[in-house]
Amino acid sequence: METSFLEVLLRAFQLIFSLSPEVLSITLLSLRVSGTAVLIGALIGVPIGMVLGLVQFRGKRNLMHFIDITLRSIVNTFMGLPPVVVGLVVYLLLTASGPLGVLGLLYTPTAMIITQLIMVVPIIIGVTMSAVGSVEKAVREKALSLGATDRQAAWMVLREARMGVLTAIIVAFGAAISEVGGILITGGNIRWVTRTLTTAIVVEVELGNFALAISLGIILLSLAFAINLTLTIIQLRGIKR
Amino acid sequence: MQFQVETRNLYKEYSGKKILSDVSLGVEIGEIFALIGPNGAGKTTLLRILDFLDEPSKGTVWFQGARVNFSERNTQALRRGIGMVFQQTLLFNTSVSNNVAYPLKVRGENEREIEQRVKEALKIVQLEGFESNNALKLSGGEAQRVALAQALITDPELLLLDEPTANLDPRNLSIVEEVLSWANRERKTTIIMATHNMFQAEALADRAALIMEGRIEKIGKIQEIFTLPSKTLTKFARLENVFSGVSRLSKEGTSVIDIDEVQIEAALQRSGNVSVYVRPEDIILSSQPLISSARNRFEGRITEISDQGSILRLRVKAGKDFTVQITKRSFNEMQLNMDSTVFLTFKASAVQII
Repeated sequence: METSFLEVLLRAFQLIFSLSPEVLSITLLSLRVSGTAVLIGALIGVPIGMVLGLVQFRGKRNLMHFIDITLRSIVNTFMGLPPVVVGLVVYLLLTASGPLGVLGLLYTPTAMIITQLIMVVPIIIGVTMSAVGSVEKAVREKALSLGATDRQAAWMVLREARMGVLTAIIVAFGAAISEVGGILITGGNIRWVTRTLTTAIVVEVELGNFALAISLGIILLSLAFAINLTLTIIQLRGIKR
Repeated sequence: MQFQVETRNLYKEYSGKKILSDVSLGVEIGEIFALIGPNGAGKTTLLRILDFLDEPSKGTVWFQGARVNFSERNTQALRRGIGMVFQQTLLFNTSVSNNVAYPLKVRGENEREIEQRVKEALKIVQLEGFESNNALKLSGGEAQRVALAQALITDPELLLLDEPTANLDPRNLSIVEEVLSWANRERKTTIIMATHNMFQAEALADRAALIMEGRIEKIGKIQEIFTLPSKTLTKFARLENVFSGVSRLSKEGTSVIDIDEVQIEAALQRSGNVSVYVRPEDIILSSQPLISSARNRFEGRITEISDQGSILRLRVKAGKDFTVQITKRSFNEMQLNMDSTVFLTFKASAVQII
C-alpha cells in the first residue's frame, strides 16, 4: 500500500507515461461518451436556447409573462439536475423489465450517452438562453434602427451571441466529462466496455489503488484543460475577427 | 411649414413612472433641433419614441404630416428614412466595413454599390482605411464615428442623436460636430440631438427645447433660449467654466474681466457685468509655464480628477475653479496627480460671452 502523497503522485506519473492499453481505452471511451452527448446536446439545446433567449421580455401580457417565468425556472432547475437521479431514471427505462428494455441498451456506451445527454441539454439551453438574452435588447434595437426587419434583427442577435453559445458548450462538456453518478448506474462500469475515467477512479479508490486513481484524475484534468484551451482560443479568435 | 416630425401631447409612463408629460413639438424639415436637459429629463425616451422603438402611452407622433401608427410593419418602413445614433455605442462583432455596410445589406443593395458607399461614409467620418479593422477594438471616439457612418450611409431624411459627443476627446468631438453640420448643410438632413451641453447646442442648432422632468419648459430659436437668465440655463445643462464679473475695456481693444481675484482677458468689447464661458477643450494644461502669446495664464493645482474613458476631466483651482480635459496619456507623461501644480493657458478669443 502506498503511504505518502508524494509517492502516490510519482507512481501516478509512471503509470501515465507507461500508457497502458487499458488506460488508453478508458480515456477514449470518456471522450467518446461525453463528446457525443455534448454534440447531440448542442444540436438540440442551442436552437431551443436561442428561441427562448429571443422571446425574453417580449411577453407584455400577464399570461405570457407567467409562462415565460415558469419556463425559465424549469430550465434553471433542470440545469442543476443531479446526475445520479438522471442515471436512475434512465436505468429504470432501459432495464430489461422497463418500457425500453427491449432495446437492450443497458450497460452500453449508448446508455451512458443518453444519460449525459439528458444532463447537458438543460445546461446548453440555459447558458445559450442567457447569452442571447443578454444582448437581445440592445442588438435588436440597434439593428432595427439601422433599418433591419424583425427577422434580420433577430438573426443579428444570434450572431452577436455566438461567443456565449461556445461558452454553453464548454460548460456542458466540463459537466459531462467529470460526471460519474449517472454513467455508473447506466453503464455499469464494465472493464473494457463501459469503464470511463471517472468510474474507473471510483473503482480504483475502492480497491485502494490510489496511484492509479490519481493518474486517471490527472489525465481527466489534462483532457478537460486541453479541450477548454482549444475552445477558449476559438472564442478569443472570434472576438478578434 | 411642414414638419419633418411632430409630437402632440405626448405622454410616456414606464412601470408607473412618468417619463414624459404633454410633450408637443414640431421639428421643421432641414433644421437642427436640440433637446437640452439634465440627465434623466426624458431626452432619450423622446428620441426612442421618434425612432419608434418605444410607443407613447398617450398622444400622437406625426412623421412628414402623417400620423404614425405604431404597428411593427409601419414603423419598420418609416424607420428606413431615419438614422439613429445611440448614446451607448454598440457595434457588431465584425469588421468596421461590415458594420457600416449593414444598413444597406438589410435593404438589399448590391455588393458593388455597398462597397462604394461604405468607402464614402468612412471618408465622411474621417476613418478611411479602417475597413478591415475589428469594430470592437476601436477607441471610444472611433467607435462613435463608425456609429455615425452607419446612421449616415443611407442618407436619412432625419438623423436622431443621443448625446453624440458625451465622453469624446476634443479631436473626436470636433470631427463629429463637423460631420453633423456638413450633413445638415450639404444633404439637408434634419437633425434632432439630445445634449446637456448648452454650447454645443448653441454652436450647431437652429432651435432648441429645454426639457426638465419630462416636460418642455421652453422651446424656441437658440438665440431666444440663450437670452434666458444664466441661472435658469444652469438648471438645464451642466455649465462649467462659467464666470461672472465686471468687464472693462483695455487699451489693446480687448476686455478685461475681474472675477473676484482673477482676471480673464477676452477678445470682446464689453463693459459692465458679464458672464463668460471657456470651453474645457480650449484650455491648455501644462506642468511648466508655457511660453505663448495666449493672454490668459494661470497657475493652480488639481483638486479633482474624473475618468471619462480615453480622457480625464480635471478640476483645477487657480483662483477660480476651472474644468479642463486632457488625454490619459498626456496626464501620465506629465506625471500629474491630485494636488499637482499645473499651468492653464487659453487665448482671449477662447472666451465666449453668454
